[in-house]
Formats: sequence, C-alpha cells, structure tokens
Amino acid sequence: MDAELIAMQLFSGIALGAILIMVALGLSIIFGMLGVVNFAHGALFMVGAYAGLWVASRTGSFWWGLLVAPIAIGLFGILIERVLIRPLYGRSVDDPLLLTFGLGYVLVEAVRIVFGSDGIPFQTPPELSGVADLGIGFFPVYRLFVVGVVAIVLVLLWLGLEKTKFGLIVRAGAKDPQIMRVLGVDIAKVWLLVFGLGVGLTALGGVLAAPMRNVNPEMGALVLAEAFVVTVIGGMGSLLGAVVAGLLVGVAISMTALVAPEMATIVMFALMAAVLLVRPQGLFGKKSRA
Amino acid sequence: MAMLEIEGLNAWYGASHVLHGISLAIAPGEIVALVGRNGAGKTTTIRSAMGLMPKATGSVRFAGTELLALPAHARFRMGLAYVPEDRRIVPGLSVRENLQLGLVATDGSIDERRAIDEIAESFPRLKERLDQEGVTLSGGEQQMLAIARAMIAKPKMILLDEPSEGIMPVLVEEMGTLFRRLRDTGVTLLLVEQNVEWALRLADHAVIIDQGEVVHRSTAAALLADKAMQDRYCAV
Repeated sequence: MDAELIAMQLFSGIALGAILIMVALGLSIIFGMLGVVNFAHGALFMVGAYAGLWVASRTGSFWWGLLVAPIAIGLFGILIERVLIRPLYGRSVDDPLLLTFGLGYVLVEAVRIVFGSDGIPFQTPPELSGVADLGIGFFPVYRLFVVGVVAIVLVLLWLGLEKTKFGLIVRAGAKDPQIMRVLGVDIAKVWLLVFGLGVGLTALGGVLAAPMRNVNPEMGALVLAEAFVVTVIGGMGSLLGAVVAGLLVGVAISMTALVAPEMATIVMFALMAAVLLVRPQGLFGKKSRA
Repeated sequence: MAMLEIEGLNAWYGASHVLHGISLAIAPGEIVALVGRNGAGKTTTIRSAMGLMPKATGSVRFAGTELLALPAHARFRMGLAYVPEDRRIVPGLSVRENLQLGLVATDGSIDERRAIDEIAESFPRLKERLDQEGVTLSGGEQQMLAIARAMIAKPKMILLDEPSEGIMPVLVEEMGTLFRRLRDTGVTLLLVEQNVEWALRLADHAVIIDQGEVVHRSTAAALLADKAMQDRYCAV
C-alpha cells in the first residue's frame, strides 16, 4: 500500500471528521448548557442538507445555500426550544429526550412528504469540483473546502466563547445557571440562543455534507449515532473533546475502510468501548459536573 | 422609605411550609443582622427576597417596588445583590472572569477594566491572584471573591448568607472592615449569621427568626447586651 493512498484516505477521514465535529459540537454544547440530549439532532442535520439544497436550487448558487440554510434552521431550532422544550425544564430528564426523539421522526416524515423518499443528488459546485495536487497526493477540492470551513467555524466559535461577554456567560452558565440568575442574567434567553447555535451548527454540517453524500430523509440517523460516539469519546459537554474525538472517529472509520471495509462502521464503537474502559468520563470530560 | 420591606412573607419547600409571615424593614445605608438557630428560616428569608424560592407569598418591596412576581435576574438588575452561603465561584474560570460575571448583566455604563482595578484595590488578596482559577483559592479568599463579584456592579443592597462561616479570624476582621466601609458609602447590607457576636458588633439593627417567624427586633447593641435573649434563640 503506497503512502499516497494512505495520505488521501487519511485526509478523507479528516473531512469526514470535520462534518462529525459540526454535529457533535452542537450536541455537546446543547447538552453541556441545557442538559438536554437532543435526539432530533440527526434529523436537523438532514433538514439542514435539504434546506441548503432547496435554497441552492432556488438561487442557483451553492453559496446562498451554505449561508442561509444554517441560519434559517438555527432560527427553527430557537423556535423548537421556545415552544417545545422550554415547558419541559424542571421535569424528568427523560421528557426532553422523548420529545426530541419524536420530533426527529416528525421531521424525517415531513421531509419525506415534501421531497419524497428517494435521495437527491447534490452537485458539487463547479468552482469547488476537481482535485488539487498538494505534492503528497491529489485531494478533492471540495473536501479541502469542507475542512477549511469547519476550521474557520471552530476558530470563530473559540473566539466567541473565550473573548466575548456572551461566551463568558455561556461558559459560566453551563457550570452554574443559578449563580448567573442572581448576577442578573436571564438564563432562559441564553439557553434559547445556545440551542439555536447548536442546531445551526448541525445544519451547517448537513449542508457541507450534502455534496459528499446522497441527500435523503434517512441521512441523519447514521450521523446522529456517529455524533453520539464522538461526544462520548470526547466527553459529554467538552467542546475540545468533540473536536479531537471527531477527527479521531473520522480518521478511524476512513483508515479501517482502507484495510477492512466491512469493519468500518464497527470501528468507532470499538474505539468508544476502549476509551470508556480507560476513561469513563471520555477523553476531555470532567469526572464530576455540576 | 425602607430599602427592603418584607411583609407577611410565607415560603414553602415543596409541601413544607417554612416561613410563617415574616415582616421586617431595613433602612437605606444600614447593616441588619438576621440571626437565629440553624433551620430557623434565615436563608429562606433572603432566598425569597432574591427570588430563589419555588413558592413565596406576601410582599417584598425593594426601594418601593414589589419584587415577588419578578425573576431573580430582574431583582439583581434593580440593584439587589446576593452572596450565597456556598459562594458559588464558577469552576474553570479565573478570578478575573468570576469578577467579570458580576458585570455581564450591566448596561455597559461601568468600565470593566476600571471596575476590576478598583475592586482589586479593595481586595489585595484577589489582586495578586486575578489570573488564577477561582476555585483554587482558599475558602476565605473565595468568600472575598464572591462578595467582590456581588458588589462590582455597585448594587444598592447586598444580601449575605453566612459570609464568616469557616473563615479564619483575620479574614473575618477584614470582612468586617469592608462591610463598614460599604455601609459608609451608602450600601445597605442584610447579614445572615451564625457568628452572632461578630454580626451584632457590625450591625445597626438585629432581627431574630425562630421556626419561620420573627421573634425579636431591636438595635444590634441592645441584643448584644441581652445575653438571655441570645441564649434563648441563638444558642447552637
């Protein structure tokens, strides 16, 4: 097996990991802040892909789809939090879980009714098609683009969390919502925005993934499973963990596909089991969280 | 007009009725000590004033405005601050960031850097440790940080739940000096304390709560002199 093939497969894994990071980050940030395990997250990834597709076909430009869909679906997420999830705070933790689980099915069926069950191919935008020679091998331009977009989003997210007032509120509020209340913060409003942000991130993942895979109503199910594995490996609620574990899982899947394709879907669970045996709280998880 | 006026306050934890018609009034710029046995309802009284009880009825007026229907964050924005007994220094955040939390809800009229510089002058122990993680401070320093965080936005009144608890005497004395200085700048303080003598030496007025009811009101000096009353309601 030559080095070039390994390099290409490695890169393919990084691109896959980049998509997983977008989904897992949203999942992790919502869980870390609101304590809600969002089972509709995969469906919202799929809805994001469809929204991107729809906007792109209406405007004739992939770029509009990339820009508008995550924002629109993020706003939709805000609506979901406000109308469906907020009434469940203070009740059993199972309630938001069951609600989002059901919501996921509703979204999948709704998309099926509107767009049909068959997959829709999503053309890679012409300016991003083709391959680029990076000296160590030929890489699809679109995947390079995906990795670049995710890297930019991660930097913006990091800056937002570490350098802004809102970021400080989010970091502190995830650890102790009650003290934020008595320091004058309307924490419910923060939760609303964080939920919208998390959903917007997964929708962005969906739009980015669309040209790399068939867009169909079921596409969120596998991604949700993968994103759960990523958040468990990285540590629930840890953003750094989601990033590291996302890359780890993406690369593991991709490299396994090279040597033993039939093992590719199992390898992430094996990885998760191995990590949990050594560190039950995940790679970057805290042992005790408030 | 009283700064804080509580009238006929009742509060419940689930089905258990813990406050039975508490009434007390605190004038602007005074320190009031709220004392009594463990479980008498002191903490519940200030938690009700701050909006942290699941169910409370009666009346709590702050600078003339009825508070009971308002959420806790709105009460803070009106100038009512609260230092909980467990301090609640946020883990993972530096001392400086914990102080910044005290300013996140302000309208931007307070210059953050200057406010932190000012507060650092009042708390030399924090000044040296601004970039250290807040929860790595000693218990007494964490208490100072919690107080500094509550006062950085310049509230009109601060509710303090057992600030002297578990703190070494030299820091307790420092805290007393700080509270007097705050009072002299016009800030009103309600001090829930188990350290009765210390609280009474600081305070202008004193209120004793027992089994969810006010059983005594007087000047702090009068209660300090009345050992029998102290023994009856405050003995551990």
